[in-house]
Amino acid sequence: MTEENKFEPRIVAFLCNWCTYAGADLAGTGRKEYQANVRVIKLPCTGGIDPLFLIKAFERGADGILVSGCHPGDCHYNSGNYHARRRWNVYKPLLEFCGINPDRIQFSWISAAEGAKWVETINGVVDTVRALGPFENYQKLNTIGSDTSVSSETG
Amino acid sequence: MSKKIGVFVCHCGTNISATVDVEKVAEEAKKNNPGVSYTTTYKYMCSDPGQKLLRDKIKEEGLDGVVVAACSPKMHEHTFRNAAIKTGLNPYHVEISNLREQCSWVHPDKPTGTEKSIDLVRMMTEKTRKDKSLNPIKVPVTKRALVIGGGIAGIQAALDIADGGQEVIMVEREASIGGHMAQLSETFPTLDCSQCIMTPKMVEAAQHENITMHTWSEIESVDGYIGNFDVKIRKKARSVDLDLCTGCSSCWQVCPCKKIKSEFDMGMGNRTAIYIPFPQAIPSKPVIDRENCILFKDARKKNIKPNDSKVCRKCIDACPIAPVKAIDYNQVDEIVEEKVGAIIVATGYKELDDTSLYGEYGGGKYKDVITGLQFERLASASGPTEGAIKRPSDGKEPEIVVFIQCVGSRDPAKGCSYCSKTCCMYTAKHTMLFKHKVHHGHAFVFYIDIRCAGKGYEEFSQRAIEEEGATYLRGRVSRIYKKGEKLVVLGADTLTGSVVEIEADMVVLASAMKAQDDATKIAQAVYIQYDKDKFLSEIHPKLKPVESSSAGIFLAGTCQGPKDIPETVAQAGAAASKVLALLSADELEREPVVAKVDRSPPPVFSTCIGCFYCQKVCPYSAIESEDIKARDGSVIKTVARVNEGLCQGCGLCAATCRSKSVELAGFNDEQIYAEINALEFN
Repeated sequence: MTEENKFEPRIVAFLCNWCTYAGADLAGTGRKEYQANVRVIKLPCTGGIDPLFLIKAFERGADGILVSGCHPGDCHYNSGNYHARRRWNVYKPLLEFCGINPDRIQFSWISAAEGAKWVETINGVVDTVRALGPFENYQKLNTIGSDTSVSSETG
Repeated sequence: MSKKIGVFVCHCGTNISATVDVEKVAEEAKKNNPGVSYTTTYKYMCSDPGQKLLRDKIKEEGLDGVVVAACSPKMHEHTFRNAAIKTGLNPYHVEISNLREQCSWVHPDKPTGTEKSIDLVRMMTEKTRKDKSLNPIKVPVTKRALVIGGGIAGIQAALDIADGGQEVIMVEREASIGGHMAQLSETFPTLDCSQCIMTPKMVEAAQHENITMHTWSEIESVDGYIGNFDVKIRKKARSVDLDLCTGCSSCWQVCPCKKIKSEFDMGMGNRTAIYIPFPQAIPSKPVIDRENCILFKDARKKNIKPNDSKVCRKCIDACPIAPVKAIDYNQVDEIVEEKVGAIIVATGYKELDDTSLYGEYGGGKYKDVITGLQFERLASASGPTEGAIKRPSDGKEPEIVVFIQCVGSRDPAKGCSYCSKTCCMYTAKHTMLFKHKVHHGHAFVFYIDIRCAGKGYEEFSQRAIEEEGATYLRGRVSRIYKKGEKLVVLGADTLTGSVVEIEADMVVLASAMKAQDDATKIAQAVYIQYDKDKFLSEIHPKLKPVESSSAGIFLAGTCQGPKDIPETVAQAGAAASKVLALLSADELEREPVVAKVDRSPPPVFSTCIGCFYCQKVCPYSAIESEDIKARDGSVIKTVARVNEGLCQGCGLCAATCRSKSVELAGFNDEQIYAEINALEFN
């Protein structure tokens, strides 16, 4: 990844089991091609995603993250996606504080019937993050002893 | 923690192997990973020999964890976990890596697909390493069902369950069971009389030894979980003692309040203040309408007990029951508590109220613009006109009747984007009923499309057009206005491209089927979902059409969406069979994916700090509080505890917990972090 044009963003997607994971499966059943940069982690519900999971993923070298669950009103657990949305609203400003551009995390609703939307969303995330460039701040953190000039991405 | 993991990579014929180098994936899974002790690939892992391979290797290699890299876990997770059970390995040590739906089918480039597959398998291997043995949760079952709603759906479901030998409690909020079907005149596509087929079922339900019926009652609250629901039923004060009353009719014959609009007749006829909704009502015992009864009005005004009012005591005086009269003015609401193991929600629909929505059709101003259900009452032999078609304004027989379809339906501007499904058929039926009763009359129908999919349905609507002479015009009606005694209907005929103006004597609107006004209240009371139109949601539109999102709660009839009688009956039967299956077991087994609050040895007891944030976010009220007590009974600390029967395993509590004291079995923090750490992006 020495040249900018060769940068392939690494995306982690945290998906709920009932809607978006099934939507991603549907994209497969429909043989809808999309960019292969994504690695999926399945949980029962987006409401059960600990924000620290996302920080950890960044620490492990992710350049972008997608969190996706059921549409409002469709949550398998009645209200889990609403909790996820609220948590995200609180979490977003905190991300900026942590030096992470909030554009690196996208939040979406994709139902089990929306294979096409999954493809569109994941391609969108990959493209957005590709434009943002690699996220290296946390990798610098690992070498913080030798180099203390860690700058915030968001300024 | 699994030490010896086996990775089985499936070719899925060529579904996976065409775009993923499966041999390389298997090889890489082992590389630099001492935890993986065995890897292989196989053409079809889900086949019998494939499963045998899995079982044999678990035994031969002594595997304590398995990753099957194959299709989506939604396809075969169950298959492979069951295979593991046969070898004695706890099924929750088997995980699926989704290489087909989420890799090989969507990434045609082989090197890319292979690289992603290697990552996916590694992530799942690391998760598997942290898997814990889990055992299915057993919950006892109360062998009794609750059916909410006493229309055809509720009656059918109750009868099916009762015939299956289980007890049923039926709750109906009106004074009689029967619902909308009892209001209908004749039914399509056979034109058999609705009452004639409905009333025997009503009687059968009322007399069935396994059915306990609560009419004039509503659900107060539902607590508990599958197999163990606690239900509170509010028996509204009927003012009539059902045990004493014989339904002799003496009381309602003398009641002086005779001008109250009958709800059953959709306002087309009148009833008294003490009344039975319709002659075939079950139970055939009256109720006093306290809003309209002059005695109750007087008591409210004077702020005295109803029995102390002396304004009118005609009904109690007429009651022949002695020595204690069957009428009790002072009766109050009663709360009945019942325990049930399963619930069927069959609360039905309501007809669209067009008055506020359709100003262009008069908005309720014109008496001779009536709805479909009102026409049913007009055509019914037991209706206010005893089956004679007479228009409401002056009682004259209408000669020209215009029927307008899709009033509310398929009209997002009016709030219903959906098709109400039954209107095309009942309008065709109405034109026939009209023609059979008014031979010289003529029916016009404005329609958008004719949707008559069903056995004998298309033939029925063709019969209305071809044999019974109804004129079908494809187009919408823009306006209805009054001209003398006539109603001028202004519409379009889009097939000829002309404007149509019909001077009609009466207009019948095929009003949409809407969710009940309080559908959301019921949904919230039993923790089930509803859709944008407030119809209750099934958990899977195709494969689980009668199951709700809450385990043990099933749906039947039009509360779930518009449907006709055959479909309703079929769905009620399906829901009943699900209930019977559930009640046939003494104990239920549930997936052990539930949350658990930490319990530690003394002196900590639990890392839970007792903030109960988990309780606030739990959608199922599954978090209880527990006092950890010392030997002398004094409370050491109060902490959260998860009721496993109620918990559905969403993990909201785990993500919310501030002291990290809650973990979700199967998806605990350790497992998720293992997956994240396995990303190896760095």
